[in-house]
Amino acid sequence: MSLVLANSPIFDFFSDGAASLEGWPWFFVAMLHTTLVGLFFGIPAGVFIWAERKVSGRIQDRLGPTRVGGRFGWLQSAADGAKLIQKEDLVPKDADSLLFRAAPYIVVVASFAAFMFLPFGDGWSAVSTDVGLFLMFAMLSLEVIGVILAGYCSGSKWALFGAMREAAQMISYEIPMAICGLVPILIVGSLNLNEIVHYQSGSWSSGLPPFLNWNIFHPVAAPAFLLYFVCATASCKRAPFDLAEAESELVAGFLTEYSGMRWSFFFLAEYASMFAVSAIAAILFLGGWDDGIGIVSGLKSANQEFLASAVGAVILIAKASKLVFVQIWVRWTLPRLRIDQVMTTCLKYLIPMACVLFLTAAVFPLALNQGTGRTDLRPSAIGDRVPARSAVSHEVSAAVVPASTEVAAAHGEVAQ
Amino acid sequence: MSGEQVLFWLFAITACAGAIGVVVNQIVVRMAVSLIVCLASVSALFFLHNADFVGAVQLMVYVGGTIILLIFGIMLTSSSPFSKIESSPAEGFLAAGIGALFLSIIAFTVTQVEWKQQAEKVAAVSPSASVQTGYNPASDGNTSRPLAMSFLGLRPDQGGNAPGYLLPFEVVSVHLLVVLIGAAYLARAKRRAASEA
Repeated sequence: MSLVLANSPIFDFFSDGAASLEGWPWFFVAMLHTTLVGLFFGIPAGVFIWAERKVSGRIQDRLGPTRVGGRFGWLQSAADGAKLIQKEDLVPKDADSLLFRAAPYIVVVASFAAFMFLPFGDGWSAVSTDVGLFLMFAMLSLEVIGVILAGYCSGSKWALFGAMREAAQMISYEIPMAICGLVPILIVGSLNLNEIVHYQSGSWSSGLPPFLNWNIFHPVAAPAFLLYFVCATASCKRAPFDLAEAESELVAGFLTEYSGMRWSFFFLAEYASMFAVSAIAAILFLGGWDDGIGIVSGLKSANQEFLASAVGAVILIAKASKLVFVQIWVRWTLPRLRIDQVMTTCLKYLIPMACVLFLTAAVFPLALNQGTGRTDLRPSAIGDRVPARSAVSHEVSAAVVPASTEVAAAHGEVAQ
Repeated sequence: MSGEQVLFWLFAITACAGAIGVVVNQIVVRMAVSLIVCLASVSALFFLHNADFVGAVQLMVYVGGTIILLIFGIMLTSSSPFSKIESSPAEGFLAAGIGALFLSIIAFTVTQVEWKQQAEKVAAVSPSASVQTGYNPASDGNTSRPLAMSFLGLRPDQGGNAPGYLLPFEVVSVHLLVVLIGAAYLARAKRRAASEA
């Protein structure tokens, strides 16, 4: 686990300038990371809230917001924020005041913490760790604490019902979501998010387009992607799985007693975690920051590392935004399920399907190896795409990963 | 004081405050929240010591498990919202005695082990220069790959023939499977008996 900027020239700059203040450069680096991640956390959320209004308007044959900020109503989210700040901060008489006030912060912090591990470009993550995916799932799963506290401590029956539904739904859907996330992990053999993208990036050297290396073109990972996306939608409590705040039956579920800024924090967290799970889907299945036609790898081979990472960040955000758009589209198209249907879908269908996919992903390379001598049908075998590092030690790496030393040397400084 | 020490004391104090909060609070939900604060601070301490896999497990299993505890605690115990648990003085006395015994065991262990010598022994057995821990440098404390290897029975950091942890790992996983099936069986049997009666 390492702060990425701390290993870069920027950190040298800080530590040279402030050598006498031991510990302070770390503080600066941490603040810089936090600010950058905060921007990636806040700005997409605001844009998606605007997009939700706009897309829902178009789907319902309306225009959506048109006036705020001139054309397209693009300042609508800022106007909403300004309105919500001015609202009175109410705490119900029956509520547990301290926990009622704290719950929105728990939700926002859990969602924000997940962004620390997202590699936006090649190596552009705030914290680089070898268990990145596991940590992201762990952080995102903490969101439910805030929702349950909000529901229980509101002192309202609607809120309590909403929170209990949310708890049952989140805990159930996390299982197939994590198992589907394990399928690409089995294929590439790493939990490091940046390394997973490295495995999927490639070049035109085999004559076929590099995007065929993406996990979505793996016969087992393709259905896993669909399952993952369903579970991710459910875990963000988006329609058709938004039973926790079902307006037609529970007023607003766990949100019933909230108003003003605290209410908007829940929505900020919801849109931010929609972006987070979509970015995980893009990284695991759709090649992450790799563009698929060789632009990023071309820039990298031309020694334009910074530009390659910047282009990669744009590509990852575009992919994740498209998946968020699909989530918005689904919300305004499909009717809401009943709570028992939601649980049946997960426990009786999604979990067995995810388990079967997991077993198939484990057996598939072995069976394929018997027939063809390869472990993967895609153009370049995984061993050719291993970036730089050997598996554990030199003796073991020769046996486990058949990466040629030339390839390793060529990509020597790719990592981090 | 370096930044790392500042963070260590911050999280150590929060962990202790959370632990005290569990004991002092009488409302079930606040106790559970104190427990979450305590466990999350401990996982932050793991991250601070470069044990990111253990820290992630701490968050996923223990903090996640506390949520389940919270839900069942609410559903099974409380008749009214924010119900209080008031313990009798005798219970408090007994719990304090057990706590003091446990504390004395831990304090005895901490004072008896010669930590410096242990660290030197570990350094002598596993020369860190020859161990690469995967994608990120070993100096960043990326322990997940050596951990996974030792669960598969491979200890490349201690030479080729050093025993790993394959047998304990398998024993524990079979044990967990038995517990899982047992729990499912018990839940099923109870429902069947209820429908017959």
